[in-house]
Amino acid sequence: MNNMTKEKLPIESTSPVPMPSTAIAAEAAADQRQEMGGAEPAEPSSLDDHRPPASPSAPVVEVAPDTGPELDAGRTPKMRADKIHVFYGEKEALKGVSIEIHDDRVTAFIGPSGCGKSTFLRCLNRMNDTIPGARVTGDITLDGEDINGPAMDVVQLRARVGMVFQKPNPFPKSIFENVAYGPRIHGLATGKSELDAIVEKSLKRAGLWDEVKDRLQESGTALSGGQQQRLCIARAIAVDPEVILMDEPCSALDPIATAKIEELIHELRGRYAIAIVTHNMQQAARVSQRTAFFHLGEMVEYGKTKDIFTNPRETRTQDYITGRYG
Amino acid sequence: MSNNPASRWTDGSMQKRVARRYSAERRFRALGFLAVAMSVAVLAFLLFTMASKGLGGFSHTEARLQLDLPRSDVVIDPANLTGADAGQIVAQANLEGALTQAAIATYGPTASEIFGESGVRELGRKLIADPTLLSRRAELWLPVSGKVDVAAKGDGAPEQEAIVAAINAKDGLRRTFNLDFLTASDATDPSAVGVWGALKGSFLTIIVTMGLAFPVGVLSALYLEEFAARNRWTDLVEVSINNLAAVPSIIFGLLGLAVFLNVMNLPRSAPLVGGLTLALMTMPVIVIAGRNAIKSVPPSIRDAALGVGASKMQVVFHHVLPLALPGILTGTIIGMARALGETAPLLMIGMRAFIATPPGGIADPATVLPVQIFLWSDEVDRSFVEKTSAAIIVLLVFMLVMNGLAIYLRNRFERRW
Repeated sequence: MNNMTKEKLPIESTSPVPMPSTAIAAEAAADQRQEMGGAEPAEPSSLDDHRPPASPSAPVVEVAPDTGPELDAGRTPKMRADKIHVFYGEKEALKGVSIEIHDDRVTAFIGPSGCGKSTFLRCLNRMNDTIPGARVTGDITLDGEDINGPAMDVVQLRARVGMVFQKPNPFPKSIFENVAYGPRIHGLATGKSELDAIVEKSLKRAGLWDEVKDRLQESGTALSGGQQQRLCIARAIAVDPEVILMDEPCSALDPIATAKIEELIHELRGRYAIAIVTHNMQQAARVSQRTAFFHLGEMVEYGKTKDIFTNPRETRTQDYITGRYG
Repeated sequence: MSNNPASRWTDGSMQKRVARRYSAERRFRALGFLAVAMSVAVLAFLLFTMASKGLGGFSHTEARLQLDLPRSDVVIDPANLTGADAGQIVAQANLEGALTQAAIATYGPTASEIFGESGVRELGRKLIADPTLLSRRAELWLPVSGKVDVAAKGDGAPEQEAIVAAINAKDGLRRTFNLDFLTASDATDPSAVGVWGALKGSFLTIIVTMGLAFPVGVLSALYLEEFAARNRWTDLVEVSINNLAAVPSIIFGLLGLAVFLNVMNLPRSAPLVGGLTLALMTMPVIVIAGRNAIKSVPPSIRDAALGVGASKMQVVFHHVLPLALPGILTGTIIGMARALGETAPLLMIGMRAFIATPPGGIADPATVLPVQIFLWSDEVDRSFVEKTSAAIIVLLVFMLVMNGLAIYLRNRFERRW
């Protein structure tokens, strides 16, 4: 237990992992150099353990106060959403949601179907822009920068805030091309060997490398569902995002594939700020440190995952957690 | 009783119901088979009549001839036959008179008209190839006129049948492959006609059509599906395009006549104008097929590409278009096949003119295969019947080759993904 506690220590800004996100290309190159020199790649100690996800009760060690809006006071959030309203035509799908997403934490959004959690997630990288008739009001900032502001390019925003979708959606191209697509369109690699290195690094980080390293030229759609989803995660990682949004990434997967994804989320925490929408409360409890409960377009409660699940402030949360509706 | 589970599945009414269901299924399958068999039969009948009537058009009859040019009134200096203008010199000489003389000398006075334009043309070619013919007696095989050709194939008028019998008695006829049919152009003498001019006209026209309709159609489909806002105006555009696809082709011909010829003063009878007119007609088909193909690309692929930070245009050109391309190509093939077989609009812009030389470019006067078929089918001369059928075979083969190429390309694109 003690060992586990140490692992779950949030990585502060003094951590060996550079924050915000590291240049994946540089890392991959460094790995290559080390491999050539025969040395082991030095992974950050908190991330090299392939232990299964921690149990829901795994404590999150915090110095900040436990409750109220001061929960994460004194910490600069990676993303901050303030009074977000989303309208689909006349219908108000989100009624003023304010939330913070932090660098080193997994934030889970839970709630019954149609409560607006996916809608909110899609606000964070402006994917709602593509839905005709959708209108978003309120402020969302990434590192203090307004994502709807004139200085923010939506294409760059989506590279910085990657997304993994509910249904695995690899491109109908080879595994290599799937991962290489992002770096290629953003010009992140100069030359074939660098691109190869990024692809390898991304697949390794997504825990897929050993399964696919001999068949990179095969179609991504020929993989199993769980492998496809990890390929999608690798694809998101390859453009070196700062935040990864996951929209029910395991809902189309079997329990074993789900466990692998959860393990992966656990490993990715610390490198990327992660926000995950899930229907599965146990999953939220297993993978996240912060949980937001949505109901009917409102954010009912936001807090430490442990508190939400063991000691919710709102009765609605309590009812949902205990399975009275949902 | 009927609710007793043990007997529910075995009693009489249930048995009957099951039997009815099976017989309905059998009836449906029989009807389906009948429908397929009928279309196969119609196709087989078409191909059989085309082949039986048209294959004769690819062969022609040649007659043996004792030619004595030194004693005829043909005066050509052999030295002139090596130059570039040899063809013109030969054409100006009275080869026809010499042929008539030789025919009378060989087969008697009734055979005076057994050679026509095709014989003269062939003799001219032989002279250029071998100028010594001018200074010696020679035995030659030359193609006979259309009337005699038909008679030799057993379908001619009584006088020609008699001539054929007379020549046959001297063993003076043979049938050979008519290469001229594939390399020559339209002519007044059916024995001298060929489809090359029309084939080339069709080819040039289809190139112009393709070059205009494909990019415009695909770009329209892409814009309407991926970029245009959904509002009353795009609805209006959609309805208009659907209507355009249903407009009778003759109307497009009138439009071409009014706009391209009268307003823009483009050359009459030219593949350029024909191609433009057919492009107007084909474009809506490509737009509709293209939009459907683009619609069927799963939205999750668009999301995936947007999610890694692709711009709208990168999404469209890297993912949507390649995935939709097989469907777009299918629509294009259908549109092109329709354009290739189209006659009516081309009549309106003057492509029904008698064109005896193949077009050199898209601005030269030309005709196209279907119009050529229409023109020949209108001729009184009997020997045009098999030429018409033969031209239809050429058109069908041309279409088959084009469609085969398109399907090959489509499959290649599909494999790439």
